[in-house]
Amino acid sequence: MATFQEFIQQNEDRDGVRFSWNVWPSSRLEATRMVVPVASLFTPLKERPDLPPIQYEPVLCSRATCRAVLNPLCQVDYRAKLWACNFCYQRNQFPPTYAGISEVNQPAELLPQFSTIEYVVQRGPQMPLNFLYVVDTCMEDEDLQALKESLQMSLSLLPPTALVGLITFGRMVQVHELGCEGISKSYVFRGTKDLNAKQLQEMLGLTKPAGQQAGRGPQTTQVPLSNRFLQPVHKIDMNLTDLLGELQRDPWPVPQGKRPLRSLGVALSIAVGLLECTFPNTGARIMTFIGGPATQGPGMVVGDELKTPIRSWHDIEKDNAKFVKKATKHYEALANRAAANGHIIDIYACALDQTGLLEMKCCTNHTGGYMVMADSFNTSLFKQTFQRVFTKDVQGAFKMAFAGTLEIKVQLEIGTGGTCQWKICGLDPSTTLALYFEVVNQHNAPIPQGGRGAVQYVTQYQHSSGQRRIRVTTIARNWADAQSQIQSIAASFDQEASAILMARLAVYRAESEEGPDVLRWLDRQLIRLCQKFGDYHKDDPNSFRFSETFSLYPQFMFHLRRSPFLQVFNNSPDESSYYRHQFMRQDLTQSLIMIQPILYAYSFNGPPEPVLLDSSSILPDRILLMDTFFQILIYHGETVSQWRKAGYQDMPEYENFRHLLQAPVDDAQEILHSRFPMPRYIDTEHGGSQARFLLSKVNPSQTHNNMYSWGQESGAPILTDDVSLQVFMDHLKKLAVSSAA
Amino acid sequence: MSQQGYVATPPYSQAQLGMGGHPGGFGGPPSQPVYGHYGGPPQPFPIPPGGTQHGILGIHKGPVSAPSAMPQPPASSHYGSSVQQNGSYTQGFPPPPAASSSFGQVPQSPYQNIAPQATPSTHQLTNQISNMQISGYGQGPMPTPQSPSRSAPQQPFHSAPPHLMAQTPTAPGPQSPSMGSPLPLGGPPPMGGMMPAPMGGPAFHQLQGQGTPQGYPQPPAAGPYGGQLAGPQPGFPGSFPGGAAQMAGPPQKKLDPDSIPSTTQVIEDDQAKRGGQIYATNLRGQIPPLVTSNFTVQDQGNASPRFMRCTTYTFPCTSDLAKQCQVPLGTVIKPFATIPKNETPLYVVNHGETGPIRCNRCKAYMCPFMQFIDGGRRFQCAFCSCINEVPVFYFQHLDHMGRRMDLYERPELSLGSYEFIATLDYCKNNKPPNPPAYIFMIDVSYTNIKSGLVKLLCEELKTLLEKLPREEGVESSAVRVGFVTYNKILHFYNVKSALAQPQMMVVSDVAEMFVPLQDGFLVNYQESRAVIHNLLDQIPDMFADTNESETVFAPIIQAGVEAFKAAECSGKLFIFHSSIPTAEAPGKLKNRDDRKLFNTEKEKTLFQPLKGVYEQLCKDCVAQGCCVDLFLFPSQYLDLATMGDVPTHTGGSVYKYSNFQAEVDGTHFLNDLRKDVEKPIGFDAIMRVRTSTGFRATDFFGAIHMNNTTDVEMAAVDCDNALTVEFKHDDTLNEETGAFIQCALLYTTVGGQRRLRVHNLSLNCSSQLSELYKSCETDTLINFFAKSAYRAMLNQPLKNIREILVNQTAHMLACYRKNCASPSAASQLILPDAMKVFPVYMNSLMKTPAMVGSPEISTDERVLQRLCVMAMGVEETQVLLYPCLIPLQNMDVSSSVLPGAVRCSEERLSDNGMFLLENGRLLFLWLGQACPSELIQSLFNVPSFAHLPEELNSLPELDNPQSKKVHAIISAISERRTNRMKLLIVKQKDRPEILFRQHLVEDKGLHGGASYMDFLCYVHREVRQLLT
Repeated sequence: MATFQEFIQQNEDRDGVRFSWNVWPSSRLEATRMVVPVASLFTPLKERPDLPPIQYEPVLCSRATCRAVLNPLCQVDYRAKLWACNFCYQRNQFPPTYAGISEVNQPAELLPQFSTIEYVVQRGPQMPLNFLYVVDTCMEDEDLQALKESLQMSLSLLPPTALVGLITFGRMVQVHELGCEGISKSYVFRGTKDLNAKQLQEMLGLTKPAGQQAGRGPQTTQVPLSNRFLQPVHKIDMNLTDLLGELQRDPWPVPQGKRPLRSLGVALSIAVGLLECTFPNTGARIMTFIGGPATQGPGMVVGDELKTPIRSWHDIEKDNAKFVKKATKHYEALANRAAANGHIIDIYACALDQTGLLEMKCCTNHTGGYMVMADSFNTSLFKQTFQRVFTKDVQGAFKMAFAGTLEIKVQLEIGTGGTCQWKICGLDPSTTLALYFEVVNQHNAPIPQGGRGAVQYVTQYQHSSGQRRIRVTTIARNWADAQSQIQSIAASFDQEASAILMARLAVYRAESEEGPDVLRWLDRQLIRLCQKFGDYHKDDPNSFRFSETFSLYPQFMFHLRRSPFLQVFNNSPDESSYYRHQFMRQDLTQSLIMIQPILYAYSFNGPPEPVLLDSSSILPDRILLMDTFFQILIYHGETVSQWRKAGYQDMPEYENFRHLLQAPVDDAQEILHSRFPMPRYIDTEHGGSQARFLLSKVNPSQTHNNMYSWGQESGAPILTDDVSLQVFMDHLKKLAVSSAA
Repeated sequence: MSQQGYVATPPYSQAQLGMGGHPGGFGGPPSQPVYGHYGGPPQPFPIPPGGTQHGILGIHKGPVSAPSAMPQPPASSHYGSSVQQNGSYTQGFPPPPAASSSFGQVPQSPYQNIAPQATPSTHQLTNQISNMQISGYGQGPMPTPQSPSRSAPQQPFHSAPPHLMAQTPTAPGPQSPSMGSPLPLGGPPPMGGMMPAPMGGPAFHQLQGQGTPQGYPQPPAAGPYGGQLAGPQPGFPGSFPGGAAQMAGPPQKKLDPDSIPSTTQVIEDDQAKRGGQIYATNLRGQIPPLVTSNFTVQDQGNASPRFMRCTTYTFPCTSDLAKQCQVPLGTVIKPFATIPKNETPLYVVNHGETGPIRCNRCKAYMCPFMQFIDGGRRFQCAFCSCINEVPVFYFQHLDHMGRRMDLYERPELSLGSYEFIATLDYCKNNKPPNPPAYIFMIDVSYTNIKSGLVKLLCEELKTLLEKLPREEGVESSAVRVGFVTYNKILHFYNVKSALAQPQMMVVSDVAEMFVPLQDGFLVNYQESRAVIHNLLDQIPDMFADTNESETVFAPIIQAGVEAFKAAECSGKLFIFHSSIPTAEAPGKLKNRDDRKLFNTEKEKTLFQPLKGVYEQLCKDCVAQGCCVDLFLFPSQYLDLATMGDVPTHTGGSVYKYSNFQAEVDGTHFLNDLRKDVEKPIGFDAIMRVRTSTGFRATDFFGAIHMNNTTDVEMAAVDCDNALTVEFKHDDTLNEETGAFIQCALLYTTVGGQRRLRVHNLSLNCSSQLSELYKSCETDTLINFFAKSAYRAMLNQPLKNIREILVNQTAHMLACYRKNCASPSAASQLILPDAMKVFPVYMNSLMKTPAMVGSPEISTDERVLQRLCVMAMGVEETQVLLYPCLIPLQNMDVSSSVLPGAVRCSEERLSDNGMFLLENGRLLFLWLGQACPSELIQSLFNVPSFAHLPEELNSLPELDNPQSKKVHAIISAISERRTNRMKLLIVKQKDRPEILFRQHLVEDKGLHGGASYMDFLCYVHREVRQLLT
């Protein structure tokens, strides 16, 4: 048997699934003693170019409470044309179309290599994709111009049949009617008055779609394929291009000392309402572009007086942020409405100050939307990122999916939400979900040796081609008795996945709990894990050993504790929300980078090499490239930067220096070009102000406090009171082995 | 008086003194003026001076027997004075004696005799009519079995008496001024006997009284027309003889319509006497010519009568006197009245940064009445007597007369009307105002689209907007324009010049109205012309296939107010609306028309606007200087009482075109619209009327809004807006100093300048009631009564109001008779000369559709009239209440003069005639059945009356003298009216004729209301009751 390493990798490649434990403890009690819960990271739309979708629909278990999909793990009686559901053991007749199956003529879904398989739903009409642009017009002309260009460009990236709509807002909210001849029309709404879907429908003169039924999916909903506000791109792209071109900055005068009145809350509400009453349960993206905080109406996050700054963490802690709760409530309600209809809300916030992402985060988080934060629409960060939203795969289909729902079939299950069904709405190939399971088997009813637990992930979504698709992933893991087989369970530990899973739990808690509490909780979990799986003598810290499968885990925790996901110091509430948003949706690799940034060193001494994220890695003759996911930072050591200033790179005889300078830049570009959202690119040097980004990330192994290394050649001291990894580990060991704990 | 009067008429006085003794009234001389028009001009005029002044009238029954009557009398003193006054105008006219001579008859002697005695300006008409009772009020004229001659007047409605017809032209003559009713009646000879020389003796002449039969002008008059008159006359004498006692009998039956005071005659006389002259306003308490006369004003220290006109130019000194006479003291102010080209426009005075110089105490503005004292270093306020320092920069030495040396260099010291440049202190928020804006709000619901209105309007606006009002001498108008269309939602348009296409912004949230854009909504027309034209081209198409029939109303006004608020300017909304606003929105209305309420206690509710939303809107509008002009195109009831509330409180106008069809009514509407848009106008106005001590302004009627008791606020004032102010005493007035009125109006010009317009007027005061009656101005009085009655309609049953009006009329006359007239028989109705046609106006007022509930007339129509009258000036109420009836069949195509008007009575019509009738709102062309074919041919291009099509909507313009002349007459008439009138062509005996007949105000009202004659009888009875 291959190593667990290989097994894990293989599973991830095939199914997009990684479990914290790849052998499961067989009872609830044991499971809780494992400290790290049985959980999985699942990437529903993991790219599988080798996996062609099959053109029929899945066969479902006939038990109404089960409805699991036929999969390779099922027992099949080819003669009787029966199959047994591996979740509920119900015996099911194959449908007539399967009359011809036999051992040698198996349908794809029964082949083991198709543990992940994608079906295309054949019933119902193909539904259009909807893109509703919600555009803030309260911004500098330069920004607005850049935004307009980006939007115009995006029209060319949309499939011709997609429907687009435009809502602009400033002091008022305008819903633009598209495709009208001559005069351009828009419906204008007060920015201070929220409207429910029904009012909106009346005011926009929209008729309720006929045949509104309870059933899900397009089969049952007869919807007009377009209306005055959402029209196919191919019909109105000229018109809309002109319309966008003519967009003017919000014309209402902004008195000195005031913020422009920005009716974001109502604009979003109208966008949600518009889609709600026209295209329920149909893929739709509300793309919101904002240049500042909402300053009036429901959802306002700050008043229009410039002298009152927008809330900070400090204000929130002091309960001094009077708009936060109300605004959050407003956006949550919107997010829930959008999610209920399978609509996605994206937020592209480009402003130097905060824009209220804290309050609005649920809009993106609940609907699988993107949250992008930049300083200006006129930056490549925004432009590139926005363009990348529309990335297409080899078939020319978007790498995004709509109106997704995920259903988990398990024998023993439960997620954090206490449910097994979630609406995700927006999905892309990297969207990764953390699913936490609970083993419900009682301790005294052990599962028979060699039993396997199975999990089936059923993801329904609307493909960007308009097709409804269902992707089914079915996996199984062995059960093990934790008392007798603790070793094999420990060996099945996936520390990377576990770190992320724990981190997500911590971040989830951080949203609602005080920062220090979360850290304490995290520490305790770590200590308990060490106690459980460490190898040590009581009260002898030096005796502590961790097996290889656990060796990196404490380090991840160390960096996690320092990360912006848990530390709000020096971060605005918006930044925290943004970081957490990204952390909660990215896949394992990216998430790990976020927790523990990657550091490469470039020098004349050899090829570029990864180095420790440690202050000792900061050397004068090195160039460092740090990738924190959010930032790509190139740091020129003291000497290198002196050389650079002296212009050696321009001298032919120092061409190698030029190459050295260029190498990290090239590598950085590569990352910049592939990542979404595009990271902030920082080029700095020893002593540069932006070097702080690097210094705040590295392990402060040398500080002004530990004098012994002060003045030594190696590394650079960090002026901080934070503990270093070494100290952290020492404490950890001490606590882990302490009998008092 | 005053409106309170309506509530409780003051007890009437004791009144009667020795009146009884007096014999009959006396007929006024026949009026010659008429002849003048037709005949040689000069002649007739001479008489008028005397004649016209006579107000006499008789309801008369001709035959008054009381010989003794001739009074001479008491009046004489008056007479004398009147002569003096007359002196001023005499110039143009030969002296009375001459006049008499012209007649050739005898007159002289008698005349002369009389002259001295006669009461001049005040004439009473006495009727001897003992029989007054006869004709019960409300009844038609009595049938006159007897005399053939009478037959004419009595003719049944439809058939005009043949001879009368023939005489038509002449007819007026006889009737006219002279109320000498008797005259006409009597044949020449007898008459002569009876009639005093009325003409000459302006005073009252009593028929019988006069010993000098011959003297009576009649004969001459008869001459020309002789034939006809002769016919009727013969019988007369017979009846005549009877003394008062006898009257009861035969005479009763007969009343000669020509014998009662004639408005047309009065108008003609005044035009003849004062028309074409220069009226210099240099005298205190000077009585201006009638509004109908054509005169030129020279401002010499008092405001032109075009701006201010008083009910009387002599105020009683004490409130007791005022109460006694019941004559309302009021003034009608039309602050922006149009000034004819030959008069000097108002000077603009700039007192620099400190603003206009004012009295420190009462804040009155510097004016000619201020007295400079102390060598010019101080001035005493004429209004409150406060002594103020003269600012250094304003100091000027006085001359030996105590007048400032710079008197004639400073308009504010020498003129009655002028303007000041206002400083920032007079501006909202101390910021200079922005130029006003006009917003066109077009209802694009199904009705308006289908009627063709929207298309017509959009087309018209393209040219109309070139003519927005602008400041004198400025190249282009500073007025900005904006556009809104609506049905149950509103569409705003961005027409910024930078746009290639206009942009439409729809606001469907009508519950809380707001304006969706600021930049680009109100634009300069010249700059955005291309975009605006583009928009106007597209609007009709955009809504061409609409099937939306619901509309909103209050939200659109709200939107206008919000727009002005956002743009920080004042302005005007032009709303083109089709139907009652039933869509779910604030200000939603429902049909509350109920004809069952007519003539009940609750009738007033039909006229009352609904409160709530609209009340608040009025306030908002006025506060923002947002004037609303409402053009309505209804096909049914739309609760005009409520919808018209905002326009009438903001200085706006309401126009209504029922069942509008573009092809038929388009021209009329466009004419109104053009006039309305181009009107000179001021915005965001606040007016204050200050008076000298002893009296003060207590009540204001008009299209205004008042937040407190003194400041009149008007969102806008245009050249047609008039406001009637009532004064009351709060102390005794001084005969020496007189009374001063200063009306100061702060407003924003169309160019966005803040200005103060000041009108000053000085009046006489007297403790003699006779002076007061002498200085009365009937036209202004009736304006006052019309407005106060129309306002009272909101609170009281019409029956009460009518009673009050009659009572007050009777009271005024009784008081005159008691205190001013020479003693005469109780049976005589004596009218003050200046008020001799007052009853006909009063009667007409009571017969207006608003005052007479009839199922034939829609509630909205009545409300509309009510609303319109509230903003009317004297000129408009005059013609509204006594329309101008012009015979066309004998017009002189070569003359440029308008044919003379005839009395508004059916009797003046003839089968073979053709008449124009106009009342300032409507214009009728009435065609007699026997209208000469040649005339029909030349006007309509069809061979005869019988060939005229069923529906005659317009008068073709044909190339022949008759057609041209008629068109010239029509345009001349339209020219002087505030509204453009729709021409209605009515054929005799056709159904629409009913509408026309309503306007023959001397006749019995079709929907109720007495004839002129009956009314006089009724009033007379009332007077007699008061006097006994």
